[in-house]
Amino acid sequence: MPDLKATQVELYQGLLAGSTTGYPSLDFDLKGLLGKFGRFMPPGFYYKTFMEPVKAWPIYEKYIRKAAGYGRAPTEADPESYDHLHHHIDVLVVGGGAAGLWAATLAGRAGLKTLLVDEQAEMGGWLLTERRSRIDGLSGMDWVNQRLAELASLPNVTVLPRTTAFALHDLNLVQAVELLQDHLPLTERNAALPRQRLHKIRAHQVILASGAIERPLVFGYNDVPGVMTAAAGHSYLNRYGVAVGREVLVQTQNDAAYEAALDLALSGVKVTLADARQGGAAAWRQQALKNAGAELLLGHGIAKVLGDKSVSGAQLVKLDGRSNQVVGSGPRLSVDTVLSSGGLTSTVHLFCHNGGRPVWNQQQLSFVCPDEGRENIACVGAITGRWELSDALSQTHAAVAALLLGHGRGSTGKAPAVASEEVAAPRAIFRLPDGKPEGHGAKAFVDYQNDVAAADIHTAVRENYRSIEHVKRYTALGFGTDQGKLSNINGFAIAAEALGKPIAEVGTTTYRPSYTPVTFGALAGPHVGETFDPRRYTAMQASHDARKAEYEVVGQWMRPWYFPKPGEDLHAAVNRECLATRNSVGVMDASTLGKIDVKGPDAREFLNRIYSNAWSKLDPGKCRYGLMLDENGMVMDDGVTACLADDHFHMTTTTGGAARVYSWLERWHQTEWPELKVRFTTTTDHWATVAVVGPNSRKVLQKLCTDIDFDKDAFKFMDGRSGTVAGLPARVFRISFSGELAYEINVDANYGRYMWEEVMKAGAEFDITPYGTETMHVLRAEKGFIIVGQDTDGSMSPNDLAMSWAVGMKKPFSFLGKRSLLRSHTAGEGRKQLVGLLPLDPKVVLAEGAQILSNTDDTVPAAMQGHVTSSYHSAFLGRSIAMAVLKDGSKREGDTVFVWAHGKSVPAQVVSSVFVDKEGVRQHA
Amino acid sequence: MLVITCPYCQEAREEEEFSYAGEAYIARPAVPEEVDDATWGDYVFHRKNPRGWHWEQWQHVAGCRKVFAVKRHTVSYEIAGSWTLADGKALYLEEQA
Repeated sequence: MPDLKATQVELYQGLLAGSTTGYPSLDFDLKGLLGKFGRFMPPGFYYKTFMEPVKAWPIYEKYIRKAAGYGRAPTEADPESYDHLHHHIDVLVVGGGAAGLWAATLAGRAGLKTLLVDEQAEMGGWLLTERRSRIDGLSGMDWVNQRLAELASLPNVTVLPRTTAFALHDLNLVQAVELLQDHLPLTERNAALPRQRLHKIRAHQVILASGAIERPLVFGYNDVPGVMTAAAGHSYLNRYGVAVGREVLVQTQNDAAYEAALDLALSGVKVTLADARQGGAAAWRQQALKNAGAELLLGHGIAKVLGDKSVSGAQLVKLDGRSNQVVGSGPRLSVDTVLSSGGLTSTVHLFCHNGGRPVWNQQQLSFVCPDEGRENIACVGAITGRWELSDALSQTHAAVAALLLGHGRGSTGKAPAVASEEVAAPRAIFRLPDGKPEGHGAKAFVDYQNDVAAADIHTAVRENYRSIEHVKRYTALGFGTDQGKLSNINGFAIAAEALGKPIAEVGTTTYRPSYTPVTFGALAGPHVGETFDPRRYTAMQASHDARKAEYEVVGQWMRPWYFPKPGEDLHAAVNRECLATRNSVGVMDASTLGKIDVKGPDAREFLNRIYSNAWSKLDPGKCRYGLMLDENGMVMDDGVTACLADDHFHMTTTTGGAARVYSWLERWHQTEWPELKVRFTTTTDHWATVAVVGPNSRKVLQKLCTDIDFDKDAFKFMDGRSGTVAGLPARVFRISFSGELAYEINVDANYGRYMWEEVMKAGAEFDITPYGTETMHVLRAEKGFIIVGQDTDGSMSPNDLAMSWAVGMKKPFSFLGKRSLLRSHTAGEGRKQLVGLLPLDPKVVLAEGAQILSNTDDTVPAAMQGHVTSSYHSAFLGRSIAMAVLKDGSKREGDTVFVWAHGKSVPAQVVSSVFVDKEGVRQHA
Repeated sequence: MLVITCPYCQEAREEEEFSYAGEAYIARPAVPEEVDDATWGDYVFHRKNPRGWHWEQWQHVAGCRKVFAVKRHTVSYEIAGSWTLADGKALYLEEQA
């Protein structure tokens, strides 16, 4: 797991951890060195320094990335499992602090289906750290436990700890990730259960009670280990029983940090509190602190921290009461820890993910969510800038009561009683001055994670970056896994000062999901490996496995690609399969072709409209190749459709196009021609199809079926018959995708494997040869049959494919795409058209996708004439063949063109795209 | 992700069950051969793409497979309602008038 924030990782027995920052090592941090030597790396350093030469960038990048301290992504496959859970609920409460707990209590009591999530292992939020408040006469944690007990007793309420709501999307879709096992010792983890769970929560009402995070103050050398926020020191003490130092300096500009100082002093730590305010905190707080033996320095700020690898002291200065200026030197203190508090920053992220804007609150010195929230989103507690518990709970009570009223739920009881206390206003100071111009004193970090110093923001503004979004990108302020939770307000304030604008006017950068990094594993959930994309198998799969087929995936289907005999590679196998099929008989699993049953009195009329060719005269028992155009006149699908009865057709589509064509039919029927009485049923999975192909195919069919007359004049090419094949009711179509005499046997899919094996048995005396998609491709290319999507790309009209014979321009209804065929451009010159290509060297197989040039001049930009769409070695012809689209190709038969690929130009002759049996003798045999 | 109510199934469902099927109420010229290339080109290619309310078609592909009309706001993604194509058309024409 790269790039975790150490203080947010729950410890467990056996945890192995290492630092990602610091290169070559933390003790000799290359960047630390640069920092100490001052302005070696100004913002934009990488852009400015490593631009040229471009080719060397990968080398620079390698070391810059190492020095920047990005973690290493694991290269192994993730052995863990993850899952997804969907919720459809009335109320989601984000945040399990006092406000969130009370909101969930009220929603739960009102009978609403309620979910409460909190990112921490324990509920309680700030009450876990702050131990003095009393709510309804109870200690904070007693009240929290009372709430949790009540919530647990309500069947309509779910409480999820270790669950971070990280994104809020439109219509109150919230995504949250729950860490299920990350905190357990390795020996206690259950590999059968997921490691993390992604919750997709759709809530009628979202109540954001995500609280606020303390931000540090910005002062010289504030990156020395031993400098932390006051809240961190407070939490270490009260939650974990750890005193962060023996001699601690607390620097603040607000009242709340006095609480940390007081608790530390009461625990026996030697505490000095420096307050940037001349008057300090409310009198009762100052008194309490003094009573506990702490020293109080009013009107003081830290100029710089002393010490290199750890804090050894701090140099203070006296501050002016009004402007943020130094008015004199202060004491030099010997301390081992520095805590600072620059006030609280509301956690407004989720509110802003889908367009909400935070507002600047000059009293509380934070961007906060507006009290009124937004439609179906309520904001309660510290997220609205209410730092005091009494304010937070009374506002929560009022907001949730209003929300419940909107849901038609009445009485909610009384708000929890908390004594309100006198508070002195915080001072609007973010960067503590040291008496020197910015950039000349000790380096003062704004963004610890991205090493952005106050001087860097000034530099960015001096270089004329005016928008805070640009300042952010130029300096990397607020980047990374922290996303500016600690640094943003300080950065905005420093930029505002440099720009000479109020903070409210500078505004914030854009808050985007995710609030915190989420593993790809959780996002992917169970949709990995076999379940990433469904695989479809035909009913004959076991037969193919037994014959050692190699497979390829075609539109989710696992289709046999070729059937190698021992020692054969693809080419050897395909050559053998092709020759066996052309010379005797081959067999292919054609079950994956899309099949749609089209039925109704207007079925024929519907086909007339949806296909380019005519269907009025197709009799029952006959099949026809159909070309489907989009309204732009371009070929979108093709396939053979059989007429079963006057009002009943069996349509086939390409394997990959089946779903698309099915929707296409439905949409035209429902939106444009609802008056046509026709209905469609997708029957792809209902039929198993065995294609028996080659001059001996008739003999194989005759062995298997006695109730169909296979005489060449009784059962002609493009005829369809129903009968009994190998004892099974079957539809047999005499159609061919190879140019050979061929039959496709369709039976109930449940009998697919049986039918395949019966065909193999019957064909044994003719050395019947199973073949896969590769041989199918070669056979159809030899005959010049297109594959939609390979030889076409959505810009090929029937005319471009030399298939005008499949366009019934005289049909009464203006079929889809017809009008477009008449447009000047579509009917005009210079279009790319399908041709055949024969490389002059018959051993050379052209590269598919290779560009075609008119001559050997490949000077850039070369005049590109088209490209190769299909290219194979034809064992039957003993040479290479190719299909291509070529500008004005229909008029260029006999020309020599040059096919350019892999740095070489290969000459080829333009020919008809039908290479085998132009007269059609074989398929009519 | 939208929540869409299928007017046939009469239930609000996640967008994943549906497929977008383009702008609604684009009239196919009754006799395509009688319109000029520009008019035909408008019909084939040009779409309103408004900033604001938009009448569009959705198909309940993982449900009843019916195509129906939805009036959706392209900025706020608010959905004013969903109707069968015929019911929606009456409203749509009223709005256009």
